Amino acid sequence: MGRIVLDQVSKSFGKTEVIPPLDLTIEDGEFTVFVGPSGCGKSTLLRLIAGLEDVSGGKVSIDGKEMTEVPPAKRGLSMVFQSYALYPHMSVRKNIAFPLRMAKMDKAEIKKRVEDAATVLNLTDYLSRRPGQLSGGQRQRVAIGRAIVREPSAFLFDEPLSNLDAALRVGMRLEISEMHKRLATTMIYVTHDQVEAMTMADKIVVLQAGVIEQVGSPLELYRAPRNTFVAGFIGSPKMNLLTGEEAAKHDAHTIGIRPEHITISNESGTWEGVVGVSEHLGSDSFFHVKCDGFEDPLTVRAGGELQLSYGAKVFLTPDTAHLHRFNDQGLRIE
Amino acid sequence: MATQHSRSAARMMMAPAVVLLLGWMLVPLIMTLFFSFKKYLPLRGDTLGGGLEWVGFQNYVRFFSSSSFWPSVQTTLIIVGSVLIITVLLGTLLALLLDQPMWGQGVVRILVIAPFFVMPTVSALVWKNMFMDPVNGILAHLWKFFDAVPIQWLSHESLPSIIMIVSWQWLPFATLILLTAVQSLDSEQLEASEMDGAPKLKRFWHIVLPHLSRAITIVILIQTIFLLSIFAEIFVTTGGAFGTKTLTYLIFQRVLDSQNVGLGSAGGVYAIILANIVAIFLMRIVGKNLDT
Repeated sequence: MGRIVLDQVSKSFGKTEVIPPLDLTIEDGEFTVFVGPSGCGKSTLLRLIAGLEDVSGGKVSIDGKEMTEVPPAKRGLSMVFQSYALYPHMSVRKNIAFPLRMAKMDKAEIKKRVEDAATVLNLTDYLSRRPGQLSGGQRQRVAIGRAIVREPSAFLFDEPLSNLDAALRVGMRLEISEMHKRLATTMIYVTHDQVEAMTMADKIVVLQAGVIEQVGSPLELYRAPRNTFVAGFIGSPKMNLLTGEEAAKHDAHTIGIRPEHITISNESGTWEGVVGVSEHLGSDSFFHVKCDGFEDPLTVRAGGELQLSYGAKVFLTPDTAHLHRFNDQGLRIE
Repeated sequence: MATQHSRSAARMMMAPAVVLLLGWMLVPLIMTLFFSFKKYLPLRGDTLGGGLEWVGFQNYVRFFSSSSFWPSVQTTLIIVGSVLIITVLLGTLLALLLDQPMWGQGVVRILVIAPFFVMPTVSALVWKNMFMDPVNGILAHLWKFFDAVPIQWLSHESLPSIIMIVSWQWLPFATLILLTAVQSLDSEQLEASEMDGAPKLKRFWHIVLPHLSRAITIVILIQTIFLLSIFAEIFVTTGGAFGTKTLTYLIFQRVLDSQNVGLGSAGGVYAIILANIVAIFLMRIVGKNLDT
């Protein structure tokens, strides 16, 4: 159980309003990701749900119970922090057992739960070590272990993978997703990395300056971004956004076309341009093509086999079926 | 320090400091040991030039069997122990208070640290004349205000008075070290424990206190070194009377009041032994906090 409802929740620090009143519902068992650039208020929003910050207005309810004034410990939520926040003077066993000890659970039950969590997280051999003697990935697991033993109604993750190296991050991403499938508990996950958001989420909440720009499944956001901000933020590499003459041809203020929806050719096409930097990833290649009349170079995806030298002349053809149109307020035109 | 050349250069550079520090320590130590085995009474005409009489362990036996010896050791330990307890407890409390955001934080912090800048002699005189004077002291006035008979602090409650003065001097030091330790605590750890369901007192006990353990150890070790040798506070207040004679003060009396250098030197060697015993016990009790 873990249905979280935010009703007109807002937050101000002094006179600066960080989060204007917003509504959001997170269904039970859903993996929700808050994503947005640094300083967009996503961590603050998470801390409001956790109760680590007081709301300036509005109501937070969990499972239909009003929790706005309830202290963090009583909300039935677990949180995994960016720095892991492990207790350095306690062994892994004691770290994981800490919330249970605070809940005055009996010793045998604590032991059983800690050992179960350790087995699931591959920590059994490390139970007597201190956090300082563990690697980054192991510390991350301990932090998760400490969160799951309480059997919370929802997990809150605050950029948990940002301190790990790239390879480990991909691994932990899978582990967290798998854990979510197994436990089927509500999870709220904060990240600035749209790849994490796309790969893990059931529902993505895109935030900018404390305002929810769009809520939807990863593919909904990819296929139909509600405005230019979401269009530019979701998808990697970024969507090409064009304004001016070219957009006017499609009765729009701005048009967007993703790198994967442009075909590149040596002979003919809609736009003519010159190849700039090429990025070869093996499976794909991305070319930055400078076209006449466009301010910024276009990013184009091609198969990994294609080789184009710097300065080569090419032709680009956008797939008009996948063209996104936006009006002068940046909003999507259907 | 990789090459042969840079290593020998480093040795050359360090040599003057090492020689100076070693000399500073060794010369007085050897002289103390030397005098402690000699009869050296300057007023009776003994001079270094005229040659001093070798008396073996006679000075040691005399100092040890003096009726003042054990009381002075006891006084020393009571003062050191009490001041340590008071400064660590109050220092932790003050550090936690000063860590809270409040108006005028900078000024308050400087005020709290200020007593440390006052010279021991001066602060003891201030306490003696302005606070503890049984007629004109602030404390006497306070007692009179409540219709109580003012306490004769330095004669009737002499040891607690000295402990109070010395604690007042060393509290800023403890507070300062502990405050920096409190500030270095990761706030996410506190938030994590809050989410884990630990109420305030338990957060202090399970998270803050273990984090402070190393700083507390340092405070205890450094203060012990200085507290074992407090002198000025006793000299200007009670002059060693009313049971406030520490081992340091006893040595002073033997050397300067009785003009018996040999006897005083033997006392100095006892003081070294006492300091080492205290150090060993302290390292046993709190030293493990310094590992890792």
